[in-house]
Amino acid sequence: MVVPLEHVIALSLALFSTGVLGVLFRRNAITIFMSIELMLNAVNLALVGFSRYYNSVDGQVFVFLVMTLAAAEVAVGLAIIIAVYRNRQTVNIDEINLMKN
Amino acid sequence: MVLNKNAVYSALLLVLCFFSLAIIYLLLEAYFLAVLEVFIYAGAIMVLFLFVIMLLNLGREKALEHFKYLQRGLSIFLVVLFFFGVFLLLLNDSSALHQPEGGFAAGGVYSLGEALFTKYLLPFEVASLLLLVALIGTVYLAKRKI
Repeated sequence: MVVPLEHVIALSLALFSTGVLGVLFRRNAITIFMSIELMLNAVNLALVGFSRYYNSVDGQVFVFLVMTLAAAEVAVGLAIIIAVYRNRQTVNIDEINLMKN
Repeated sequence: MVLNKNAVYSALLLVLCFFSLAIIYLLLEAYFLAVLEVFIYAGAIMVLFLFVIMLLNLGREKALEHFKYLQRGLSIFLVVLFFFGVFLLLLNDSSALHQPEGGFAAGGVYSLGEALFTKYLLPFEVASLLLLVALIGTVYLAKRKI
């Protein structure tokens, strides 16, 4: 094996942590959405690494399904963001407190 | 990418990140997924993101209004704790992972397609149904004013 599994998991962990930090730090709904994409990609990377490690194609099938899910999620999520922007003229999540009271 | 206040810059850096991930997939001999990563993520999804960013005309975002330092410090602390927790687990316990014997046949279009259309036929069809539902929902959301 060319790439050791530990390195793949460490990189996947770093990417996932970066995504979590982005969700916690940013106030912009679109940037938060992109951070969620980054987390999905981190999980994809871990799945591909394990698939390579265990000599099985199953992990790559799951990555394929996750990619489908990500595409569907992005389409619906961006439509929701555009609908929110149309109503409130902002995508700052501090100002979107419709369900607060 | 997450530290940049400008949404367009972080989107372009995310494209760079997707290309790097595609190269790592190539190193892991997942050739079909590397092509798919570039096509779907860097091609379709990021174009959608950039389109929405430019449609909404986003500038630099405002800073947090309240709990700024407490929230930032706490989130950094928790993420670092998570990272080093799993990292130390990985360093200490990597002997638990034992690689099975046998050659590696996965990665190409042929083996992936064979698994997708025989063993995982039902999830594949459910994924197509999911895409249809997402399509209908997006059209519904975009069409009328909510």
